[in-house]
Amino acid sequence: MIKKLLATAALTAIMAVSAFAADDKPAIVFDIGGKFDKSFNESMFNGSEKFKAESGVAYGEFEIANEAQREQAIRNFADQGYSPIIAAGFAQAAAVEKVAKEYPDLKFAIVDMVVDLPNVQSIVFKEQEGSYLVGMLAGMASKSGTVGFVGGMDIPLIRRFGCGYAQGVKAVKADAKVIQNMTGDTGAAWNDPVKGGEITKGQMSQGADVVFAAAGGTGLGVLQAAADGGALSIGVDANQNHLHPGKVLTSMLKRVDVAVYNVMKSGKDGAFKPGIQALGLAEDGVGYAVDDNNKALITAEMAAAAEKAKTDIISGAIKVHDYMEDNKCPVE
Amino acid sequence: MDFSLLPEILASTIRLSVPLVLACLAGLWSERSGIVDIGLEGKMLAAAFAAAAAAAHFQSAWIGMVFAILVSLGLALVHGYASINQRGNQVVSGVAINMMAAGLAVVLGNTWFKEGGRTPALPGSARFLPIDLPGSAVLADVPLLGAIATIISGHSIITYVTILLVPLTAWALAKTRFGLRLRAVGENPHAVDTAGISVALLRYKAVIIAGILCGVAGAFLSTSLSASFVRDMTAGRGFMALAALIFAGWRAWPALFACLLFGFLQASGNYLQGVHLGGVEVPVQFINMLPYLLTVILLAGFIGKSIPPKASGIPYTKDR
Repeated sequence: MIKKLLATAALTAIMAVSAFAADDKPAIVFDIGGKFDKSFNESMFNGSEKFKAESGVAYGEFEIANEAQREQAIRNFADQGYSPIIAAGFAQAAAVEKVAKEYPDLKFAIVDMVVDLPNVQSIVFKEQEGSYLVGMLAGMASKSGTVGFVGGMDIPLIRRFGCGYAQGVKAVKADAKVIQNMTGDTGAAWNDPVKGGEITKGQMSQGADVVFAAAGGTGLGVLQAAADGGALSIGVDANQNHLHPGKVLTSMLKRVDVAVYNVMKSGKDGAFKPGIQALGLAEDGVGYAVDDNNKALITAEMAAAAEKAKTDIISGAIKVHDYMEDNKCPVE
Repeated sequence: MDFSLLPEILASTIRLSVPLVLACLAGLWSERSGIVDIGLEGKMLAAAFAAAAAAAHFQSAWIGMVFAILVSLGLALVHGYASINQRGNQVVSGVAINMMAAGLAVVLGNTWFKEGGRTPALPGSARFLPIDLPGSAVLADVPLLGAIATIISGHSIITYVTILLVPLTAWALAKTRFGLRLRAVGENPHAVDTAGISVALLRYKAVIIAGILCGVAGAFLSTSLSASFVRDMTAGRGFMALAALIFAGWRAWPALFACLLFGFLQASGNYLQGVHLGGVEVPVQFINMLPYLLTVILLAGFIGKSIPPKASGIPYTKDR
């Protein structure tokens, strides 16, 4: 009995020490897709790495392999006293909500979804604004007047990309046709490059010569099919211009790397603020990528038009409709 | 509805059907010998990874294909050993292969290429690219012939070989001594054993054929239809092939048509999103669901009866 008590005491002590040791160390739970998905998760990984390089503080990380691991992973970090704990992706909202309630003293952050708790920072992006700009570029680059959009899983968040894109296309070419397709209705839709490629071929056979992929790993199939078939493509989240140099028109950047970096930094400096952070063009949360790989594709005229629209969106002169406000899109 | 897209949809149907046909034939050979193969998905996935990894390393699609077949064969032999020698539960062994393949591919890919379980994008020279049949360009503008040329030309070598494999399988199972014995071993292994033929050897041969076919299917996914391996990229095609196998009643020609039907449903799902039929928008979810729905309806006895090989899934034990 005494032995048992001693053992328990020792265990508690060890746990207390480890909790203390992990104090103020941030942690991040990546979503399905993994931290090297060349897109959403990788961008966040880069932000975390930047924080580590600058501050010298190591962070905890976990790549989930299935749905059931979300809550486990977050709870595990909470048990060890990590704070802030960042959950990447809309699908982790329920898990964050549950664990954050149980650990009111720890700080949590979630990307792409809102969790309304006093110790959670919710980071959302105005994807419609960035998509609007790449839509304009697509509309101007298209010779056929038909452009495509390939979404991953059919969820309002992805519809928001598509809706912003369509508005941008129509802004420069009112009679342009935008073909919008979704890959599927389950998580598998993020990792099916074969299907993504077939959808892209389908859009190309209907005349599309610029295709925007907002579909995680599936998007790689879209970019490949477009490059094979002589069409242009648009990457998403991270800068994907380098995947097929000269064949990717641009990438719709979502600066999750900046967001993650800021959360980790604010956690370290004690400046962490709960609540909703909506990052749009004004906050440099979204944008489009121009680098050596696509410089030749973006003419001065296109760049000027996109920059002007950017200023107008920031000033409020152009209002980009957000699909998630009413689950409707004003343009087809 | 716009019928001008039909040739494109049919060409896409063929592309999407090829992995299904290959996996379905693999299942057919295996199950006809009495070995249930639920690990088609895992074998294809492992093969897809092996093909993409080897093709990226050696810059050759054919070397990728060799590795894909070897890896798939290895897994098939594991399944064979578990279910033939050890008389284990064949479903459990198949599921284990699926899980092992999904995990191993990502872990190895991450270790070798540091791209999160992906393999590097392959250049055209290391892929099985579409072959334009001679004369197809000339016919492109001829009304009906042009459409036919669109459908049958421009596929990779694997596609054309796959189409030949269907009559070959049907003939081998129906007319050759090996095929007849193989079917007998799936129906009544005791009788085969009494005739002095090794049940285990026949079943191993069937499992090996299944392994090779799954290897080709995997290589097709990662080095022909796409240009790299992405985790879980088989996306349930192995299970869809199993559904097709049941749908086809474990016969080769019907298997081809079941796979083409499922491929057509996928292709039209991709092309016809948001299309209106009779004033109602057809939900894509519905089209995506159809293959499985059809299989369930079939199994419920509405379309006909699908009778599996009698000894399928039952480990063979010699009478003492």
